[in-house]
Amino acid sequence: MQYMLAIYGDERSAESTPREQMTEIVNAYMAYTKALQDAKVLVGSNRLRPTSAATTVRTVDGQTKVLDGPFAETKEQLGGYYLIDVPDLDAALVWAKRCPAARYGTVEVRPIWVM
Amino acid sequence: MSDTSPAHRAAERAARQSYGKLVAYLAARTGDVAAAEDALSDAFAAALASWPISGVPQAPEAWLFAAARRRMIDMARRRRTSEEATDRLLLSVEEAAAAVDPADVPDWRLRLMFACAHPAIDAAIRGPLILQTVLGLDAAAIAAAFLTTPTAMGQRLVRAKRRILDAGIPFRLPDRGDLPERLDTVLEAIYAAFGAGWPEPGGLDARRQGLLDEAVWLGHVVVDLLPEEPEALGLLALMLYAGARRAARRSTEGHYVPLSEQDPALWDGSAIDQAERLLQQASSLGQIGRFQLEAAVQSVHAARRSSGRTDWAAILELYDGLLALTHSPVVAVNRAVALSETSGPATGLTTLDELASDPRLATYQPYWAARADMLARLDRRASADAAYAQAILLEPDTAVRRFLEQRRAKIRPSSF
Repeated sequence: MQYMLAIYGDERSAESTPREQMTEIVNAYMAYTKALQDAKVLVGSNRLRPTSAATTVRTVDGQTKVLDGPFAETKEQLGGYYLIDVPDLDAALVWAKRCPAARYGTVEVRPIWVM
Repeated sequence: MSDTSPAHRAAERAARQSYGKLVAYLAARTGDVAAAEDALSDAFAAALASWPISGVPQAPEAWLFAAARRRMIDMARRRRTSEEATDRLLLSVEEAAAAVDPADVPDWRLRLMFACAHPAIDAAIRGPLILQTVLGLDAAAIAAAFLTTPTAMGQRLVRAKRRILDAGIPFRLPDRGDLPERLDTVLEAIYAAFGAGWPEPGGLDARRQGLLDEAVWLGHVVVDLLPEEPEALGLLALMLYAGARRAARRSTEGHYVPLSEQDPALWDGSAIDQAERLLQQASSLGQIGRFQLEAAVQSVHAARRSSGRTDWAAILELYDGLLALTHSPVVAVNRAVALSETSGPATGLTTLDELASDPRLATYQPYWAARADMLARLDRRASADAAYAQAILLEPDTAVRRFLEQRRAKIRPSSF
């Protein structure tokens, strides 16, 4: 089964993170990605630019509009994801717990609905 | 299930034992609990119709398995909505059938329980889910015990099963490292089922009463499959101790009898003996836990059978341990009661006062009843009267309410 590990965190606190700590975090993510690759469970992963770079398309009163900003103002924002292929939810949860984001923020584990 | 003839009961017992095993096995192979249940409930109904007459077959599981398999294949064929899902289901049913000798279906009920009590499932629905999937109880019976409507319970059960399928919750035993924590959620769920059956002895709803036996039966299943887990042994012992006092909880006139006034001769001695053996076995494994400590408290109470007295100092020590382990306000109240027995009501009351700020206790009847009792013993009648009033207001059981009203009347002279 494929699962998306959606990584949520507070963008603003990330901006003010000292450089040294930022390097540490980036290294942790690199090691994590490598571990996923080595285990042959990684399908794909990406980081997202902050919500300040987001543009939203939404239909209001039958008219499709382009709006600046994210779809909703939230305390934590989607910052990236890992797409993994593992046997079941427990296996996905083991990987989610190992994700650096589990230490710094929140990881949401969602099964992929195959189309 | 109004038929209680011995033949029917024997058929029901045999069918139920197989029912849970077969649901567990088929659900584990397909991931689809609801489909496995549908198929099995048909097979189960057919068994209950024919076994009391023809006798329980030599291989009840093979009988039910064959019936359920036919039904699952029928259902899959009729469900035209998704061919891929149908094919997958058919394939897994055939695989399941091919993989085992149906007379010897592997016992995967514990796996099913672990799936039902998975951390990804809402904690409040885990107990009901286990009762339904492993025992085949219907939503109406479960709803009565968990004080909700059959419709609401039915919907929550359907959603939980859907979630097991969609989220890919596995049907397997957790890894060694996760086992204690995960087993705990299973034991909690069984204890919740036991608790739901506890409050109304000889009450209005026989199905609710029956839940006690069902929960004990589940406790046996876990112990049979994990005989080396001290907390599983502790939970079973705890349920047996409590269940042993069932008959003594009401007088012949139907009045509520508190534990301290119960006649030990009315307790079920063989259940207590069994509980003692289980608890000893648990403690020999050298790993203490919440259920063992609670069972140990019950063991001290049960010792009144032979000693004629209650060793409150021992109970206090056990509650100290429990409190350190659980930080539960319920345990804290029980500990204060024990303290009032060893050191007097004033000390007990001081301890209760320290708990008063916990908002959870404001609506907890035993807190107010304990408080009222201690105040009455200190002859603080006006305060005791107010505490009794609060306890009576919070108590749903009429017999217990009547008991509290009598206690209240005792400290309430006509001049008051």
